[in-house]
Amino acid sequence: MSLPNPAELIRQMASDLQAHLARRNITEPRYIGIRTGGVWVAQALLEALGQQDAALGTLDVSFYRDDFSQNGLHPQVRPSELPFEIEGQHLVLVDDVLMSGRTIRAALNELFDYGRPASVTLVCLLDLDAGELPIRPNVVGATLSLAAHERVKLLGPAPLALERQDLATVSAL
Amino acid sequence: MTPIDAKRPLQLNDQGQLRHFLSLDGLPRELLTEILDTADSFLEVGARAVKKVPLLRGKTVCNVFFENSTRTRTTFELAAQRLSADVITLNVSTSSTSKGETLFDTLRNLEAMAADMFVVRHADSGAAHFIAEHVCPEVAIINGGDGRHAHPTQGMLDMLTIRRHKGSFENLSVAIVGDILHSRVARSNMLALKTLGCPDIRVIGPKTLLPVGIEQYGVKVYTDLEQGLKDVDVVIMLRLQRERMQGGLLPSEGEFYRLFGLTTARLAGAKPDAIVMHPGPINRGVEIESAVADGAHSVILNQVTYGIAVRMAVLSMAMSGQTAQRQFEQENAQ
Repeated sequence: MSLPNPAELIRQMASDLQAHLARRNITEPRYIGIRTGGVWVAQALLEALGQQDAALGTLDVSFYRDDFSQNGLHPQVRPSELPFEIEGQHLVLVDDVLMSGRTIRAALNELFDYGRPASVTLVCLLDLDAGELPIRPNVVGATLSLAAHERVKLLGPAPLALERQDLATVSAL
Repeated sequence: MTPIDAKRPLQLNDQGQLRHFLSLDGLPRELLTEILDTADSFLEVGARAVKKVPLLRGKTVCNVFFENSTRTRTTFELAAQRLSADVITLNVSTSSTSKGETLFDTLRNLEAMAADMFVVRHADSGAAHFIAEHVCPEVAIINGGDGRHAHPTQGMLDMLTIRRHKGSFENLSVAIVGDILHSRVARSNMLALKTLGCPDIRVIGPKTLLPVGIEQYGVKVYTDLEQGLKDVDVVIMLRLQRERMQGGLLPSEGEFYRLFGLTTARLAGAKPDAIVMHPGPINRGVEIESAVADGAHSVILNQVTYGIAVRMAVLSMAMSGQTAQRQFEQENAQ
C-alpha cells in the first residue's frame, strides 16, 4: 500500500474544513498547530485556504503528556506560543498523525489552561484508527490501517512527505 | 568535609541524563544548554493565567533546609507547585537537629515518607553530594546551596539571565565582583560560564576575599574594580557574606564600598548596554549603590523570575532521569 501525497490531502482538507466551519457558523477561527508536524500541516492548510497571513499558534504538549513517568521529559521541549486569546474563541487544532489520541488529550488540557474556548475543531492529516481514547477528528485527510509494528512519520516542512517506518528496524521513535 | 569535585558520574544516569543536581562541575555543555532551553519553555508557563503544568502530579518534593534562605526556598516551593508536585518544606535548623538527630537519620525518615525528591541546603560543603551518594540514591537530590562549594541552580538561573539578555555566551565579557572567597555562587557561575564558552571571565575583589589558586578556573583576576569593569557586558555582584566571615578580612564595610561598591560612576566604565546582576539579598550601600540596583541596567528582579523556571527545569529533568534509570535497571535485570 502506497502512502498518500500530503499536498493532495491538504487541498481536500481545506475544502472539508470550510464546509465544516460553515455548518457550525464559525467565521473567525483561531488556528493552532501541535509541534512539530501539526504546525507544518497547519501552515500548508492556511496556504490552501488563502490565509497564509493568519496568526498561527503553536503548541508544545511535552509538559502535559501522560507518559512522563515512563518516558520522562522530551529533551527538545520548546515554549508554546499562542498569539491570541483562547477564552471564548473557536479553535481549529491541527495535528499530523492521529494514533492513540493521547497527544490531543494533552493538547486540550494545555489549551484549557489558557482559557475556555467556545469550541475546538480537530483537523488531522492522517487517522491511524488506533482509537485508544474516544477522540475523533472533525476533518481528516485520510484514514489508514497499519500493522502493529508500523508507524507513519511526516517529513517537512517543505515539501511535506509521508514515510512508513517499521518499529522492528527503527528504534528511535 | 572536603568536597570531591568529580561529580559527573553520580549526577547522571547510565544514559547521561540528569538524575541528581549537585554541582555544575563536569556537566557537559549540551546538558547545561538543555536545562536553559527547558527553562525557557517553563518561563512561558509562568506568564499564563494558569501557571501550572501536570508534569510532577503525584510526586512529593521535600525541601530540606539546614540553613536559612527565603528566596531559594520559596522559588523551589513555587517551582515544585507549578509542576503539580506535593511540597513540604522542613527548616531542619529549627527542628530535629536541635534535638540531636543526625543528618542521616533525618533523611531516612523523610525517605520513609516516600519523598521522590529532596532539595537540600546545608552550611557544609559537600552535604548534598553526601546524601546522594550514601543516604538515598533512589531519591533525586537537588543542591540548593552547600557551604562555600556550589549553588548550581543559582548558577543556571544566572546563565539563563545572561542568555535572555545577551543572546549567547561566545563574545561576552563577564565580571564577578566582591566576596569571591565565601561565594558558592561565584564558583558555580565560573564553571557554568566556562562550560558555555564565555571567553572572558573576570573576578574582581580584594586580595583577602579571593581564594588561593582561583586562576585554575580559567579566569582573569583583578583587584581594582575600575580596571576589571572596563568594557564588560555583564556585572555579577556578590553579597558580602558577613555571617561566614571570620577574622579580619576587611577593615570595614565602608572601606569595602569605597573600593568595590558598584556605583553609577563605576558602572559607566562597562559597556553602555551592560546588565547588572545580584543573587540577593542585596546590601544597599555595602556592595551596590541603590541607584544601580534600581536602575535601567539592573536585571536583579528578572533573576528571581528566571529562578523559578530554572528550578522547574531541573526538578523535572532530574525526576525524569531517575525514572529512566529505574526502567533501565529493570530491563537489564530481566
